[in-house]
Amino acid sequence: MTDSEHEQALTYPFTRPAALEPPAEWAELRQGCPVARVKLPSGDEASLLTRYEDVKQVLSDPRFTRRLTADDAARISDSESGGVFNSDMASSIPDGGEGHQQWRRRITKWFTARRMASLRPGMEAMAEQLVDEMVERGQPADLKASLGFPLPVWVICDMLGVPDSDRDKFSHWSDALLNLTRYTEAELMAAQVEFFEYMSGHITAKRKDPGDDLLSELVAGGEMSDDQLVATGMGLLVAGHETTANMIGKMVAMLLVDRRRWEALLEDPSLIRTAVEEALRYDANLGFGMPRYIAEEVEVGGTVLPGGSTVLCDMAAANRDERAFEGAGDMNLTRSPNPHLTFGAGAHSCLGQPLARTELQAVLCVLLRKLPTLDLAVPAGDLRRVEGLVVGGLSELPVRW
Amino acid sequence: MKVRVDDGKCCGAGTCVMLAPDVFDQRDEDGIVVLLDETPPERLHATVREAAGVCPAAAIELDENV
Repeated sequence: MTDSEHEQALTYPFTRPAALEPPAEWAELRQGCPVARVKLPSGDEASLLTRYEDVKQVLSDPRFTRRLTADDAARISDSESGGVFNSDMASSIPDGGEGHQQWRRRITKWFTARRMASLRPGMEAMAEQLVDEMVERGQPADLKASLGFPLPVWVICDMLGVPDSDRDKFSHWSDALLNLTRYTEAELMAAQVEFFEYMSGHITAKRKDPGDDLLSELVAGGEMSDDQLVATGMGLLVAGHETTANMIGKMVAMLLVDRRRWEALLEDPSLIRTAVEEALRYDANLGFGMPRYIAEEVEVGGTVLPGGSTVLCDMAAANRDERAFEGAGDMNLTRSPNPHLTFGAGAHSCLGQPLARTELQAVLCVLLRKLPTLDLAVPAGDLRRVEGLVVGGLSELPVRW
Repeated sequence: MKVRVDDGKCCGAGTCVMLAPDVFDQRDEDGIVVLLDETPPERLHATVREAAGVCPAAAIELDENV
């Protein structure tokens, strides 16, 4: 690309050739324009980063703030408020510094590797039950609706202590919060209010009658205000299900689209751990990217960004950077180490990552054991992406066995 | 090999514990890293290097000359 081509901002998100393939722009931008001007769905502009080092640098630098509430920050979505990244819904939770670290550490204790290891047998049992039910209903089946979606919802609801029978409600609220184009401002506000009231009700109930769950313990700890408790519950519920639900479908699709990958895992299930990490790295459909705002001037990737810049970190493009990963364009199930940026980096990196890893490993383990003949029920070219969501995913994953 | 961890940087992602549970653990109260074995045996060196390489907070430092 020449400089003149970059005078006009590129329209973001890019159009996709196929559900599992990266957009052509990634390789071109990494090579020739690592800090690219893009036009967001709101019409506002931001700088898109596609190289590994640049994305990692920005995500790890505390001067870049996570929420875009400054007056000159870019709005992301075309709704009036600018969508989830611009919303002040979670403003009760500290955004950075010691306050954020304290908040985070109160939650992190619930997501330790050991705690996740102790939950794993339960996750596998649930996955087995869901697979059995899917098999009973007959083939072809939608693996996303039968397994990918219900499993993470069940796990996070159980951890929080809210009934997973309400999952259709969560699904709607979460979709409204994370969709950048589909809902009107009024619908978005209504979903936020309903979700807030629902979670407030649970917080009140747990104060009266505590259970053995994360929300009850946070309430009993007395260190968080009611607004913080509600925002924390809402955040964990949304983060805990939409991301992993979509990743289960994408991971299985990536493994089946070239069945030699599936067969390699059948032959050697000890590859499950590195295969999960590689699926996380290789996912070209990770989502919108992570926006950051910086008040002061800063240099990134050889470009000076003025104070008041909004930067969009494309972790999925960074994960395909040949400068960081040998054979970045190939899915290598034995890749190790695999320092992908799918969970972010630095002080805000995903706190649920041990949960996500454990769920993905458990699902893959159960599928390989119970349905070794699993295969796509449609040609790969017929797989469709969910449009407009902050979190990327397939609309369904038709399979047979 | 000598391992050092920076519990001020640690973000509690637990990646190191999932990889090398004989070398790393997390505090019960806040999930922050605890170093169990400062000089791990040679058979664990590869996984410890991997843990240091993938730590999202770059909180693990290795001295390979010890």
